[in-house]
Amino acid sequence: MTLLLARARQVGSEVAARHAESVDRDARFPREAFDALKQAKLLGIAVPRAQGGDGAPISDIVAVCHALGQHCGSTAMIFAMHQIQVACVVRHGQDSAWHRKLMERLAGEQLLLASATTEAGVGGDVRSSVCAVERKGKRFTLQKNASVISYGADADGILVTARRAADAPASDQSIVPVLKGEYTLERTSGWDTLGMRGTCSDGFVLRASGDIAQVLPTPYAEISAQTMLPTTHLTWAGVWLGIASDAVSRARAFIRAEARRKPGTTPSGAVRLAETVNLLQFMRANVVAATRDYQRAMEQAEALTALSFAVEMNNVKTGSAQMATQVINHALLVCGLAGYRNDGPYTVTRHLRDAHSAAVMINNDRILANSAGLLLALKDEPELFA
Amino acid sequence: MTTSELGHQIRLVLNEGGTLPVDATTLKDGDDLYAAGLTSHATVNLMLGLEERFDVEFPDRLLRRRTFESIDAISAAVTELLASKKAA
Repeated sequence: MTLLLARARQVGSEVAARHAESVDRDARFPREAFDALKQAKLLGIAVPRAQGGDGAPISDIVAVCHALGQHCGSTAMIFAMHQIQVACVVRHGQDSAWHRKLMERLAGEQLLLASATTEAGVGGDVRSSVCAVERKGKRFTLQKNASVISYGADADGILVTARRAADAPASDQSIVPVLKGEYTLERTSGWDTLGMRGTCSDGFVLRASGDIAQVLPTPYAEISAQTMLPTTHLTWAGVWLGIASDAVSRARAFIRAEARRKPGTTPSGAVRLAETVNLLQFMRANVVAATRDYQRAMEQAEALTALSFAVEMNNVKTGSAQMATQVINHALLVCGLAGYRNDGPYTVTRHLRDAHSAAVMINNDRILANSAGLLLALKDEPELFA
Repeated sequence: MTTSELGHQIRLVLNEGGTLPVDATTLKDGDDLYAAGLTSHATVNLMLGLEERFDVEFPDRLLRRRTFESIDAISAAVTELLASKKAA
């Protein structure tokens, strides 16, 4: 186990787990877990060593998401969403002094970054914007009616997508980090949901201004395809895998307790449990393989633009989302009423509610439709160990 | 097919599919098509249109951003595919 992972597991089991219930019940930001994550210097791990971070690769990030997901789904999801923003700055801001400075602050001050991609009026399509970066000399202003900014009120900065300029078409987008003090948020909607209640994904009107140097130099189309989407799909899949893993752990503990109570007989749920562990292994293999493929593709920028790569990343998301609820549902059946209860050591109700967010956060149907389009062009059957 | 004829045919495909928000005949051969509004989704339709017009098949290795970044780049890909078809 890496040192990073050991630190994450400690925060997960000692802090996030302890507050998970109240975070869920009160739909509140997991303040204690994030104070602990900052204390353990885990928010800036992806920042390169040159800027004061650990230079952690995507596999470490996904592993931390998985570790946190086993204790508090909301904490893990916020951590994942933060790391997606960090990845965009790290991968696409190296040539800009302003963004290198931001990386130093991410590592040094452990800033928490949120994201404002979803906008009212574009029908959920994050690859087109209504709002624009309005330039005035060396400054810009920006106003966005963001239907969702997860933990926006608790973040230290927000990465905002917008049209590159006032006269740019809807799909010609830039992404710009704005930091606390440079923006105001006017709340337009709340977040009272089935699960993932602690992500506090309220809607806001965001009004920001800043230096034009803050706009990331790479077009958002590229950042999205090469960094934001793959990092999103992989880190989220890591979170869901963590949630599902914990549900399966509970089911295993339940069956062990049953077996101890009646030595010599196999508990009735044991076969179902074996099937559940089998499903979990599928899910795990999918996440691990796709993470390795992304890591490899990152070494050659061309590979990241391949349509086949986009389909693979889409699949890890839709597949993991589907399997998460399936696995947890199996765990529920194994635990029976002990799993169905909202209390006790074998409850998996929060797991199930949290996991239901997976199919609707970037709706699986939207992603499948995107893959369907890409598959019209793809022809080859890749080698097994390509 | 001459280079200018090829460029003309590619512009026809770009305009037929409504691939771009602008008229492709107003673009220069080297202009960045993504900057002109080409999206990754539209790239698929563009490829299908090119396959139909030139009776070629784009292998997966060509299905990446750079292949469709300009009319010049598309010309190079189509030329390569036409040449390998002739050789086969």
